[in-house]
Amino acid sequence: MTILEDRPSNPAAGDHDRPIGHGRMQRKEDPRFVRGKGHYVDDIVLPGMLHGAILRAPVAHARLVSIDTTEALAHPKVLAVITGTDLQALGLAWAPTLSMDVQAVLVTDKVRFQGQEVAFVVAEDRYAARDALELIQVEYDVLPPVVDARKAMDADAPVIRDDLEGRTDNHIFDWEAGNKAETDAVFASADVVVTQEIVYPRVHPAPMETCGAVADFDPIDGRLTLYETTQAPHAHRTLFAMVSGIPEHKIRVVSPDIGGGFGNKVGIYPGYILAVVGSIVTGKPVKWVEDRSENLMSTSFARDYIMQGEIAATRDGKILALRTNVLADHGAFNATAQPTKYPAGFFHIFTGSYDLQAAHCTVTGVYTNKAPGGVAYACSFRVTEAVYLVERMVDILARKLEMDPAELRLKNFIKPEQFPYPNKTGWEYDSGDYEPTMRLSMKMAGYDELRREQKEKRERGELMGIGISFFTETVGAGPRKDMDILGLGMADGAELRIHPTGKAVVRISVQSQGQGHETTFAQIVAEEIGIPPEDIDVVHGDTDQTPFGLGTYGSRSTPVSGAAVALVARKVREKARFIAAAMLETRPEDLEWEKGRWFVKGDPSIGKTMAEIAMGAHGTVALPEGIDGNLDAEVTYDPPNLTFPFGAYICVVDVDPGTGHVKVRRFIAVDDCGTRINPMIIEGQIHGGLTDGVGMALMEFIEFDAEGNCLGGSFMDYLIPTAMEVPDWETGFTVTPSPHHPIGAKGVGESATVGSPPAVVNAVVDALAPFGVVHMDMPCTPARVWEAMQGRTRPPV
Amino acid sequence: MQIPAPFDYVRASSVDNALALLDRHGAESRVVAGGHSLLPMMKLRLARPDWLIDINDLFELDYLLIDGQTLRIGAMTRHTTLLESDDVQRLFPIITDAERVIADPIVRNRGTIGGSLCQADPAEDLSTVCHVLEAVAVVRGPAGERMLSMADFHRGPYETAVAQNELLIEVRVPIRAGSSSAYEKVERRVGDWAVAAAGASVTLDSAGAISQVAVGLTAVGLEQNVTEVEAVLVGQTPTEELFTEAGRLASLACDPLADQRGPIDYKRHLADELTRRVLRAACRRAAASASEITI
Repeated sequence: MTILEDRPSNPAAGDHDRPIGHGRMQRKEDPRFVRGKGHYVDDIVLPGMLHGAILRAPVAHARLVSIDTTEALAHPKVLAVITGTDLQALGLAWAPTLSMDVQAVLVTDKVRFQGQEVAFVVAEDRYAARDALELIQVEYDVLPPVVDARKAMDADAPVIRDDLEGRTDNHIFDWEAGNKAETDAVFASADVVVTQEIVYPRVHPAPMETCGAVADFDPIDGRLTLYETTQAPHAHRTLFAMVSGIPEHKIRVVSPDIGGGFGNKVGIYPGYILAVVGSIVTGKPVKWVEDRSENLMSTSFARDYIMQGEIAATRDGKILALRTNVLADHGAFNATAQPTKYPAGFFHIFTGSYDLQAAHCTVTGVYTNKAPGGVAYACSFRVTEAVYLVERMVDILARKLEMDPAELRLKNFIKPEQFPYPNKTGWEYDSGDYEPTMRLSMKMAGYDELRREQKEKRERGELMGIGISFFTETVGAGPRKDMDILGLGMADGAELRIHPTGKAVVRISVQSQGQGHETTFAQIVAEEIGIPPEDIDVVHGDTDQTPFGLGTYGSRSTPVSGAAVALVARKVREKARFIAAAMLETRPEDLEWEKGRWFVKGDPSIGKTMAEIAMGAHGTVALPEGIDGNLDAEVTYDPPNLTFPFGAYICVVDVDPGTGHVKVRRFIAVDDCGTRINPMIIEGQIHGGLTDGVGMALMEFIEFDAEGNCLGGSFMDYLIPTAMEVPDWETGFTVTPSPHHPIGAKGVGESATVGSPPAVVNAVVDALAPFGVVHMDMPCTPARVWEAMQGRTRPPV
Repeated sequence: MQIPAPFDYVRASSVDNALALLDRHGAESRVVAGGHSLLPMMKLRLARPDWLIDINDLFELDYLLIDGQTLRIGAMTRHTTLLESDDVQRLFPIITDAERVIADPIVRNRGTIGGSLCQADPAEDLSTVCHVLEAVAVVRGPAGERMLSMADFHRGPYETAVAQNELLIEVRVPIRAGSSSAYEKVERRVGDWAVAAAGASVTLDSAGAISQVAVGLTAVGLEQNVTEVEAVLVGQTPTEELFTEAGRLASLACDPLADQRGPIDYKRHLADELTRRVLRAACRRAAASASEITI
């Protein structure tokens, strides 16, 4: 089904006339944010609180010879200096990563990336803590680093992970999906095969709020309260219990307001653990908040995939098969966050939106002397890399076949009647109707007119490019039988409680970092039980207050937790029917629902509102057997499948032929995320993701020099886009509801980040077609574009 | 939060007071105006002054005035003031061009011309602009005032003729009839330091020939003007061929380094391309202002 109208909504919704349910309404959380009253980790001040700071390694690869903390400890305001040796004694020098590797909390043997944690100072204030770092004397024996992933598996490459038993190389894993023999056979007989190396450079999520924690360990009752910048408070609590030995019921993790996550705040960083150790050691609360350089240099990066892409097609443009070999740079520790069975995340959705005969991919992960991480920056578990690969390859094929790239895509889309569509690498796409979405984007763009304009401009020597990307996402991880992180199934819980006066609280296991959960989830409940969203409080981010679940990343909140919330609301609605029947002295089956009210079939004047039923539930009316005296319910939702949002993006760029400077003139984004709960929030998510995409395509890059020094350690060197680099976004939508999600919603948080980089790069490459450019790697900085115009494209190493 | 090493702080109340404080606190004291270069360096602990002498109360140095055939710019004049000045736009569009692409509004609201020139960052725009405009720097110290040409003032990357116990107090820019100017920068993103930039000033005589010209480059390893272009352009009527030759000379005169902003040959190319563009714009503007006067 494709419809082009919003659900009934009020575009100018202010305080009046808000939707009772889905629709456009202002965010409930915004008044505190726009007034500067958000409450973040760094705003937390506890009595007697101390401050921690981390000494970080100045080099990428070095043996730790000695460390002398005498002078630092003599600083009058310093209470503790913790080293790797101290942690070793506690059994905490190494912590498990989310990918079943281990990561050093503090260096004990060897530095493995520049910026790695070496020592932790706890002092009376943050100034003294920083000053004391300079008083720690460390001697390093510098070793040759592995910087280029391509050289990580060389026979003479230094072995980075000699801490691991029997390790003699830098290999982490080999993984594959699809059928190699079938794919090779299709390639062997194809009319046309195009090959291209495509590099997705290392980038960083760079949330506005850096990572930090306040740890408060109570030595009397052994209870730890940990305020953290985390996207997954429950998973963190369980992992802390497993690592620290503090029993889980004695740990409370609180994630207050979070200033952006983008996957950067999924993992457990050494700083969090050090804050806890600092609190245990000193008996006082300890705050640790990293600075911008620490965030950029040591926390989870994203991408760093070197992809050899190949696409096979018939001469008339029927795409037959795709294959790729990927070299994945995972840095010094394998600390990506993805479901256990999928070391390359969901990269195998690289078959995209096309009906193929065969596909095969291999991914090899290697260690390098760079910061660990890997799955972050709104990447949908590597769907970003997958979509970039397929959408670049399709464009390169279009050039080879001399076909319009829109026409080539339209010719190869999976047809609506093929859904649910089993692709060649093991996915079952739940739903889709691609052509109307593509056509709408072309109509909004004025595609044919743009091509005419481009032709005229080319004749005048002007460089204009039009880039298309059609992406299919896979989000909402995921079914417990297939998907877990360290053994924790990827389900989410929801609890709904209707107070006697008819107001409600819904408690969720996912954590907002700006997505608007407090609004969206209230609207989902409102839609189901007819209580206005403003009467529904959404509680999240505190493990003492919320049910268990795996948190917010991979666009999973609405597909998983949104489903849990819809189902728990339906459970309450059904319970309300029994209570209403008791109150009306009739049978439940004789009642009929209208939004907010059960009434007697055939006599709408006799009924009970949710508020009346709530009071009744807590009142004196005799309740039927099996019905408790409340109007509460809880649910844990295990999704039967992932959801598959999709979209068509068109980007128009102008390139200055004299300088190589790229100006994004227009960007048209048509998204289909299924049922739209709050269109305004969706648009906000899209705007943010598109801005991310322009940033990655044009400027973002964590670069290293030959010694392994990180060259992207500040916002002077790691560029992120501003309002000046992006156009007014032109957004549109279609609606193809998910057939298996209770309300048909699919998730949208990462769609634009996933879908937009190839649109921008395709546009730049299209603009450079007169120079014979077929591909260039991101970032498309002026210098790199100019080099491409000189026939000197180069990978971003 | 990045935290500087410990330092002491004092607020100067006048130029004389600032000079006295500099004298008193000696070599490990630094003046701070807008603070957009010094404070980040302090936070990274790359700069560690013992004393910070805050000169933001020296309102006496915050002025723009036309004094006969000279535009006098107080050293504490903020970038925003220069950007928004109609007189500056009319007389020296190169300043407006440059200010438009210096950092962002937050930096421009605080940063000063004096701070920019004294910091002398090789990618800093106003040094090039002042070279091109043949500005004079007025420096005051215990021994009184000195007037320095930009060639004497600006000694190289991060280095000026201003001694530890002196302050730059004013920049004087000569106003020439029939003259105009332009500046253009290539940056990876708004607010980024220049990959490369060029500025030009030209004076056209009544016959439309170039009677005076200056071309300067930013961020490509040439601190002084591209003097080679004068011999080629002076006395000539502007043509595209002449601009091309000037661009070629500029690309040969510069000495860029390869870095994250680009390789050497790209930067040389930009020196050429941008020189042509700014000469073209400056000549067009000079001709337009001449025709306005005759009307």
